[in-house]
Amino acid sequence: MIEFRGVTKQFPDGTVAVSDVDIVIPPHETTVLVGSSGSGKTTLLRMINRMVDPTGGQVLIDGTDVATVDPVKLRRGIGYVMQNSGLLPHRKVIDNVATVPLLRGESKRAAHARALELLDTVGLDRSLADKYPSQLSGGQQQRVGVARGLAVDPNILLMDEPFGAVDPIVRAELQQELLRLQGELGKTVVFVTHDIDEAFLLGDQVVIMQQGGRISQAASPAEILANPADSFVADFVGADRGKRALHVREVDGRRIVVDADGRPAGVLTS
Amino acid sequence: MNLFADAFAWLADPANWSGAGSIPQRLGEHLWVSAVVLVIAAVIALPVGAWVGHTGRGREPAVMLSGGLRALPTLGVLTLFGTWLGIGLQAPVIALVILAIPPLLAGAYAGFESVDRRTIDAARAMGMRELQIVGKVELPLGLPIVVGGIRSATLQIIATATLAAYIADEGLGRFIFSGLKTRDYAEMLGGSILVILLALVVDGLFALAQRLVVPAGVRATRARELRSGPARSRAAVGQPITEGNQQ
Repeated sequence: MIEFRGVTKQFPDGTVAVSDVDIVIPPHETTVLVGSSGSGKTTLLRMINRMVDPTGGQVLIDGTDVATVDPVKLRRGIGYVMQNSGLLPHRKVIDNVATVPLLRGESKRAAHARALELLDTVGLDRSLADKYPSQLSGGQQQRVGVARGLAVDPNILLMDEPFGAVDPIVRAELQQELLRLQGELGKTVVFVTHDIDEAFLLGDQVVIMQQGGRISQAASPAEILANPADSFVADFVGADRGKRALHVREVDGRRIVVDADGRPAGVLTS
Repeated sequence: MNLFADAFAWLADPANWSGAGSIPQRLGEHLWVSAVVLVIAAVIALPVGAWVGHTGRGREPAVMLSGGLRALPTLGVLTLFGTWLGIGLQAPVIALVILAIPPLLAGAYAGFESVDRRTIDAARAMGMRELQIVGKVELPLGLPIVVGGIRSATLQIIATATLAAYIADEGLGRFIFSGLKTRDYAEMLGGSILVILLALVVDGLFALAQRLVVPAGVRATRARELRSGPARSRAAVGQPITEGNQQ
């Protein structure tokens, strides 16, 4: 369990990225932080592995204040997947995946064997192990990034807009893969995105953030749609417009669901 | 114009290839002095440059220092230290070290700075210590540029090490200075040709080294870019990550 208690981050230039955030991130579930740029969602994520230290408040993992833990040790125990994969360009795929186990002092043989298994886990062919990142497609690189994040079998997996830089078809594929993986592995996933559809698809809990690093609402997707906390949330999730503002229309005796523009979205079957 | 013919005749004369003050001996001295200077300058400049490039701190002073040192006339520095330290190798070595520091420093910080900030950020987020980031990420990726700095420093040292003979009985510069004094222009030109050849050969070796230190994964990217044209924008490289602990 990850807990933020009154967490604030003010950068030296005076910008307040996160302001007085209290939130609990439950274990073995996916929590998605969503908001537009400047809402502090990435800063919030990076406080978990001390890539950013808060200027006020505490971040706790299973009751331990992360400020008391050596940042390097902390990071080696937490998976981290970033946008643009962040792979080391001068190392082969297998060495990239094995980086953290090797840093932790595992033998090369064991780390490589585990890395090959992880390539299977994320749906990559083992023949890619000896390629360099630049020889892979964007989607493949991102899968390698996920494999690397899982390499030490961490309890916590931080994902910072991991699918932001790939095309929509590959993104949809990667999202399904993540859902499958999460179903198998049950990690505590903290996922940052600016895409509310992605947030609703992946998140057990969705945390909506607004400018200045304040949380507008943290709840399940269904609750947010049913009870948006304020007009900002309602507007952000588009509850009153577009493809989410569905209503029922009768056509030839069957009940068709249409969106705000009148385009059919489906049929009610019960 | 028999000067060149005379110079080549001087070079071909077996008498100049053996005994005290022969061409092989001077060549050896020249290389030895150059190597000593390079090592001293590298020990001073490379760690400082790496630190500047890694932390991003002290960049302004480093640029100013290397620019300022570049402006110093080596002959003047040599004379200054010569009057102080007297005859011998100390003064030329100091003057040449001062000459060699700017390109080494610039190469080191440019090399370390050239590494994509996002790659470094990812390495740190994975749990690499700062020294591991320097050794396992920044050094291998920035090495071609660092070696470029060493290459240009070496070229300048070899060319300028002729000045050592101004104040010490060392190096290929002896032929130039003694030829000048005795109006033996064949010897003077022959000595110059040797310096030029040495500089070109060593520069060629460094050019080769510079290609060899490009990491394989990076070479693969370049080959692909070459095939597909300028597909990737260079603007993204070196883009700073703003959301992090500002140091």
